[in-house]
Amino acid sequence: MRSIEVLAPGPSSLIQDLGRPGYAHLGVPPSGALDGPALVLANRLVGNAASAAGVESLLGGLSLRARCSCTIAVTGPPVLVTLDGRPVGSHVPVHLAEGRTLTIGTPETGLRCYLAVSGGVAVEPELGSRSRDVLSGIGPAPLAPGDVLPLGSPQGVPVGEDELAPLSPAREFEVPVLLGPRDDWFAEPASTLATRWTVTSESNRVGLRLSGEPLRRVRDGELPSEGIVTGAIQVPPSGLPLVFLADHPTTGGYPVIGVVAPAALPALAQARPGTRVRFRPQA
Amino acid sequence: MRWLPCGADAVLIECASIEETSAVRATVTAADLPDVLEVVPGARTVLVVTRPGARVLARVRDLVEGADLDHPPSAEPCLVTLDVHYDGDDLDLVARTAGRSVDEVVELHTGAEYTVAFTGFAPGFAYLTGLPEPLRQPRLVTPRTRVPAGSVGLGGEFTGVYPRSSPGGWRLLGHTTAVLFDTRAERPALLSPGDRVRFRRAG
Repeated sequence: MRSIEVLAPGPSSLIQDLGRPGYAHLGVPPSGALDGPALVLANRLVGNAASAAGVESLLGGLSLRARCSCTIAVTGPPVLVTLDGRPVGSHVPVHLAEGRTLTIGTPETGLRCYLAVSGGVAVEPELGSRSRDVLSGIGPAPLAPGDVLPLGSPQGVPVGEDELAPLSPAREFEVPVLLGPRDDWFAEPASTLATRWTVTSESNRVGLRLSGEPLRRVRDGELPSEGIVTGAIQVPPSGLPLVFLADHPTTGGYPVIGVVAPAALPALAQARPGTRVRFRPQA
Repeated sequence: MRWLPCGADAVLIECASIEETSAVRATVTAADLPDVLEVVPGARTVLVVTRPGARVLARVRDLVEGADLDHPPSAEPCLVTLDVHYDGDDLDLVARTAGRSVDEVVELHTGAEYTVAFTGFAPGFAYLTGLPEPLRQPRLVTPRTRVPAGSVGLGGEFTGVYPRSSPGGWRLLGHTTAVLFDTRAERPALLSPGDRVRFRRAG
């Protein structure tokens, strides 16, 4: 069987695909790659379908040894990728002969690198997806040294002709937000959301936690539990908002002041602690 | 009924009662619209999430506003019976609060038929409505850091079963050995919204 061995996982490497939407009514988060376009690009570079599973590597440090001939691509923020110690570049397909070792360095900006391998990581899916959901513990365990990941059969032809210059995530950016469903729980929701927020180190795949001037409520208490979408900006009693990412709980009782436009979520997934975010609310 | 915006691709339908919530959920689920990704009931709301850019929210609204919510479509009725050992750590507290004996509490809990209103907290954690009035009791002042899997408890207007070990603040009546959630099972969640549930005293 085609496979690849994990030599070192770095701070956290998780198998991810495009997630398992459709089970929220059973309490199952959607999960999936936080920077979906980066995983899709990596898959395309190695000739995989967009839905193939790859590895989401937090702050790099992932090192793999090929146990068969395969093609690999690393996307996300710009990062040093080496093949047996020799730099080979990110955002390009790299051929690995059996026994060769590929290592992802630490990105200087951004948070999450994506690694795709020809044939895709073929661990057993759960509820239609191979994604690791850190909230529920559904999906394959975080990668550990010595893990041998089975690979599927290569499907397509790696595309190398369209090398793309990777984007460096910004240190400050604007995030479009649609107000609601519970913006009426807050004093001046649009103008207070539009102030400057800073990403904190408490953030993870469940949500991005922000610090700043606390949002002021005009109502007390909690809501009866209601459904939550990815990108929802929930405001707990502290007044400090958090933006729910792919592994978010499916229901909750704190008011959601607004929802981040889906196109802005990949950038938030790459936002390091200290990154400044300015919401641009629209009614 | 209020239609609350929830991003560009979803709507949160706020209902007047838990019955209306159930009818709206059943209506949208039964229609099985191709671009509807999720239909997530809450205690008084139904969240409908659609494929990005599919522009089907207007169809969802037409569907719900045109439906006879007093007679919602009923899927194949599913009645789940759970065998419970009534040996929970809070049984005496629940009995005291209700002003009943422990046996009467068990009779009340096993005598009612419940409906899965919504899920959350953990995969397969179902919030069941239909709790007899004396058993509608507050959560514990200090939640437990660990509640064992299979624990049967109550909190507010709901009763339910912890699918796995987790922190929890519900008053515990007992435990069941039933498997509430298994991703490899044909029905991953034993209890899903709309299902009917009864508890039976085990042993």
